[in-house]
Amino acid sequence: MADTTTNPVEEDAQSVPQWAMAIDLDRCTGCEACVLACSSENNIPTAGPEQAAKGRSKQWIRIDRYYEGEFPDITVKYRPVLCQQCDEAPCEPVCPVFATYQNAEGLNVQIYNRCIGTRYCANNCPYTVRFFNWFAPEWEDPLDLQLNPDVSIRPAGVVEKCTFCAHRIKRAKLDAEAEDRELADGDVQPACVQSCPAEAMVFGDKSDPDSRVSKMIASGRSEQLLSELGTKPRVFYLSKAD
Amino acid sequence: MDARPALAGGHRGFAPPTEESMQAVAAAPGKSAASVRDDILGRMPVTNPAYVAAVVSCSAVVAWAFFAWGYQVVGGFGHTGVRRPTYWGFYIVNFVFWIGISHAGTLISAILRLTGANWRKPVTRAAEAITVFCLMIGGMFPLIHIGRVWLFYWMIPYPNERLLWPNFRSPLFWDLTAILTYLCGSLIYLYLPLIPDLAELARRSTGAKRRLYLLLSLGWTGSDRQWQALERAMKLMSLVILAIAVSVHSVVAYDFSMSVVPTWHNTIFAPYFVVGAIFSGIAALVLVMAVLRKLMRLEDYLREIHFVNLGKLLVLMSLVWLYFTFSEHLTTWYGNLPGEIQVFNVREHGLYGFLFWTMIACNFAVPFVLVGISRLRSIFTIALSSAAVLLGMWIERFLIVVPSLSTPYLPAAWGDYAPSWVELSITAGTFAAMALLYLLFVKAFPIIAIWEYDDGVSAR
Repeated sequence: MADTTTNPVEEDAQSVPQWAMAIDLDRCTGCEACVLACSSENNIPTAGPEQAAKGRSKQWIRIDRYYEGEFPDITVKYRPVLCQQCDEAPCEPVCPVFATYQNAEGLNVQIYNRCIGTRYCANNCPYTVRFFNWFAPEWEDPLDLQLNPDVSIRPAGVVEKCTFCAHRIKRAKLDAEAEDRELADGDVQPACVQSCPAEAMVFGDKSDPDSRVSKMIASGRSEQLLSELGTKPRVFYLSKAD
Repeated sequence: MDARPALAGGHRGFAPPTEESMQAVAAAPGKSAASVRDDILGRMPVTNPAYVAAVVSCSAVVAWAFFAWGYQVVGGFGHTGVRRPTYWGFYIVNFVFWIGISHAGTLISAILRLTGANWRKPVTRAAEAITVFCLMIGGMFPLIHIGRVWLFYWMIPYPNERLLWPNFRSPLFWDLTAILTYLCGSLIYLYLPLIPDLAELARRSTGAKRRLYLLLSLGWTGSDRQWQALERAMKLMSLVILAIAVSVHSVVAYDFSMSVVPTWHNTIFAPYFVVGAIFSGIAALVLVMAVLRKLMRLEDYLREIHFVNLGKLLVLMSLVWLYFTFSEHLTTWYGNLPGEIQVFNVREHGLYGFLFWTMIACNFAVPFVLVGISRLRSIFTIALSSAAVLLGMWIERFLIVVPSLSTPYLPAAWGDYAPSWVELSITAGTFAAMALLYLLFVKAFPIIAIWEYDDGVSAR
């Protein structure tokens, strides 16, 4: 049960990893390999053209495109947007049934079994990265044979979102334990990070000052999305100062 | 019943009756208390073909709405028009609308009872019934709205095998608490003044009906002690229900203002919602009264003065509402915050812009002209203005819920919303449900509180 009296993040910050992600926007080419990798890793069903046109498709990570200038002198900027795993997440307090909370490692955890589908969390997310299951998920033959056994299938009527590939974190911990060693930087790679051909994304423990992600966050080029809202996201975007 | 003690015959308010108020309740001069009783009870509808047709057609629409809901529950929530990012739609609009109208009963009954406004007497029960029915209907919407309705009881706090309480920090939980409290309170508030009338009905009926009314009248004999107890209970409940009513609509507003959604996160929402609720509540009451007056031929009781008094209240609330609307929009526009100004711009243009100006016309221009100008003021124009206000207040709720959600902070996530046939059917069903509940109510119970009415009429 979630303990609401103390902040578990602050208490355990020294003992457990504090997961974070850094995305170098200057490297992102907008190829959407991360989007595809995420969908197949996390058993996200396709919505079909009709429902997708209605805004019913699910992409736990999406590429936002921003255009600058007039045609033909256009610059396009890409920004991969996924759950920002906020430390002060607006989605958490509004849920009437505790279906979402922040765990000790800083992940915003969504408990599908607990969700009753009020969709308040999805409204209250300033990044609009929470998705609702409008229908029971279906996969056309033979796509149903490629489902990832490590990730649960979400039933109709519940909200879901990016987990930072929590199952991969668990797998890396188990592997390290089996080999009797500490978890090393780079052991955990979410599907989007692994599949990025430009290596624009880096995932790791930001409580370890020597990790790659910590160094990128400290690089002076990093900023957080909509930081003025005070949500304290754990996804950091790097770009050259304009 | 007939030997009423002096106390019961006396004046029941805090303020002394004025000339005007006495004139307002003195329905048909020359009618004795007993004949008023006969008259009102005689007007309860009989089971004629017209009544049956009305009940059947309302039931059909309600049944269709239940079918649509079943279709949505079984087939998936995707059969509604709700989509990302507008995760809330018609259901929440309807929810706020019906809870708003429920304030009709509170205002008319409790405020007017406490201030001793005598002219309220023929209208209190009609108002209190609106409250109860609207809460029953409005309270359905959170259930219709959620994705897994079969698990709704997870929101209720009770020791359970899941070893989990609901999240007391969630405004949705406050909402559940507030509405259940309001429903219980207003049921008691409707029931208490019904008791003497139920005893009277029991005296006049036979068989199963008599037994039912006797049971419901809780052994009322009309003794001095009972009248005093009723008097005390009504005063207490008036105060309690008033406090609950204000808190309920504040909590409904907190559902929105506790969020970080642009233009929802707003300190004005709680009083704004309370004002809007009272405003639409008066409009609903006027409309219901106008219909009852025609259908049940209550011209002797619901007279022009009642409509005029309520019409004046309507114009007053219209001005207060306009002031709040102005304040809200002015600060959003002047503040010019990136997230908020996006919503503001969307609300002023296109379809939403059309709806916005329709809302201003319905909520301000129509009542201000038709009721504000005394030469145009009549029962018909007051009822017409009330219908306009109801439409305008429905649009107001729509403009609060939908544009803010469809225009989130990041423009890449913007998206539109249109209701599907499921939402339209369920919305139509709720209006039919209101009519149906009212049809059944006026058949079983006197729509005018006879004993309160007696007080004003009979100069004992």
